[in-house]
Amino acid sequence: MDQRKARFTSLSGLEIARLYGADDLKGWDAHSDLGAPGEFPYTRGVYSTMYRGRLWTMRQFAGFGSAEDTNRRFQYLLQHGQTGLSVAFDMPTLMGLDSDDTLARGEVGHCGVAVSSLADMERLFEGIPLDQVTTSMTINGPAAILFAMYLAVAERRGIPVARLGGTLQNDILKEYIAQKEWLFPPEPHLRLIIDTVAYCSRAMPKWHPISISGYHIREAGSTAVQELAFTLYDGLTYVDAAVRSGLNVDAFAPRLSFFFNVHNDLFEEIAKFRAARRLWAREMEQRYHPKDPRSLQLRCHAQTAGCSLMAQQPLNNVVRTTLQALAAVLGGAQSLHTNSMDETLALPTEDSVKLALRTQQILAHESEVTNTVDPLGGAYYIESLTNRLEEEAREYFRRLDQMGGMVRAIEQGFPQREILEASLRYQGEVERKERVIVGVNEYVEPDEPPIPILKIGPEVEQSQAKSLADLRSRRDSFRMAGTLQALQEAAAGDENLMPYLIDAVKAQATLGEICAALKEVFGTYREPVVL
Amino acid sequence: MRAATRTKPLRILIGKVGLDGHDRGVKLVARALRDAGIEVVYTGLHQTPEQVVATAIQEDVQAIGLSLLSGAHNYLFPRVIELLKEQGADEIAVFGGGIIPDEDLPRLKAAGVRALFPPGSSMHEIVAFAKGLKPS
Repeated sequence: MDQRKARFTSLSGLEIARLYGADDLKGWDAHSDLGAPGEFPYTRGVYSTMYRGRLWTMRQFAGFGSAEDTNRRFQYLLQHGQTGLSVAFDMPTLMGLDSDDTLARGEVGHCGVAVSSLADMERLFEGIPLDQVTTSMTINGPAAILFAMYLAVAERRGIPVARLGGTLQNDILKEYIAQKEWLFPPEPHLRLIIDTVAYCSRAMPKWHPISISGYHIREAGSTAVQELAFTLYDGLTYVDAAVRSGLNVDAFAPRLSFFFNVHNDLFEEIAKFRAARRLWAREMEQRYHPKDPRSLQLRCHAQTAGCSLMAQQPLNNVVRTTLQALAAVLGGAQSLHTNSMDETLALPTEDSVKLALRTQQILAHESEVTNTVDPLGGAYYIESLTNRLEEEAREYFRRLDQMGGMVRAIEQGFPQREILEASLRYQGEVERKERVIVGVNEYVEPDEPPIPILKIGPEVEQSQAKSLADLRSRRDSFRMAGTLQALQEAAAGDENLMPYLIDAVKAQATLGEICAALKEVFGTYREPVVL
Repeated sequence: MRAATRTKPLRILIGKVGLDGHDRGVKLVARALRDAGIEVVYTGLHQTPEQVVATAIQEDVQAIGLSLLSGAHNYLFPRVIELLKEQGADEIAVFGGGIIPDEDLPRLKAAGVRALFPPGSSMHEIVAFAKGLKPS
């Protein structure tokens, strides 16, 4: 029989056979490769009951404009049944700059919320019970400083930090690889990350100090295999740094979390989550021999693929997001963000973000996919793909090991180049219509009506500048300068910097001032340009 | 200087201005322009408007193509054009792309941006526009 194409490939370019059967699983063992959910190697999930025990956390990433604007959006999402918060910071904050910095002009509050000071952080969480919600903060370069602000807010409200639950993204390696928001060279950044890990391992049993992220790697154009390989290898790099700093692996590894993208290829994505759990468990077991089984378990957040959304016929994005969210659930993610249909054009409106949240709620409560654990486990195709993804990721591990680790590989531009090549390949396939994108290269409609989008005005920048000027004139500058000096002295040595950062934010030092002080000690970074 | 270089191939600066680190799109555009026979000067990330304009003049380009996905386009595009005027280099055409909502297009065009490629634009359109630019 004729087939539509000579070759069928997954979204990532893996060749897919017409049919999968027992022959494709030779050597595969139902006990050692699949196992039971909640047991090594965790292919079927990290918990024995999965969604029968507890549904995933519905956590929509949100942030725009001022702290008050974002606080209102948080309250709106919580009122509509969201179960966790996730903060998006604006570009200046991500780069460790104050809202009134010259380099921040035109950027304040646009793709996230502007937080330059402890006062901003207090207004951001006004009226939100920090001991009852969990908060995820997407912040990397200056993560330790924003974290110090969050801890200081809790302290002012009389909430012990041990009761705070949440996640700090705090993953600088994927910044160098993909998202490209860094402050310092890799070594001091790794030190700051390990300082937060050490601090949490002592004082904050409910906090995830790093969310090792493949999301941005995928958005930058990688394949599913590259996302899996680079993310897990980044994770091993952090574990290695923490262990070398003297921490016991079981003191922190159970609190590591992961963050994956969910793209359009349903089965490849499901297999990716399963392969990630198995690969992590096996590598952790083999490299570090932890005693606590939780040190082997890969828990993850997932977000549907922003790069899969199209500006043309934006309503179609709701359908794409639904399929991707289904993959995350069938893959066994612990929490999920669903993108809104208007995100190719701007941050989402209230209505579109509500629809995205409702998409998750329909999956959770109406689709009945939550009734059983790992419903696709044992399927020839899914198990073959899971094997294939694990093998291909291991091949990248070998290459990265040979290069001397991820930091060296980044300095040589290796992951950056691999991602760029994958992105070029994909773009070529779309342009040659080897991949059909509905509404873009097929089924195109002329003259589409515009959809409503969220606007951020310049007034946020002005009001932030004014409140920072007020803050600088009101605070005890002498005390503030003293905390920065103590921070710089500690940074030049090898003490844990968290207590110094907490002192500095409590003395009203701003984000930009703290980062500038640290740059004097740590220096800055310029990337190798890969084109 | 510029007038005497008629046989030179078209030369375009492609850059990221502002704090935005999203460079997937800009690299695809840079590669596509290069494949189309255009000389491309790629600035890398996190450039200030001042740096972009200085590089453009120094590299003697005919156009500057900027990518912005951070929402800062309403400030940064006009700022680059203003600096080009101040330096007497406003014969350098400015174009761009990224997350730019339709309703911002008229204002940016009025500020002097020659062409804009918002989400949904094809690589073909961008290359066709660039090839239509005249070498100096």
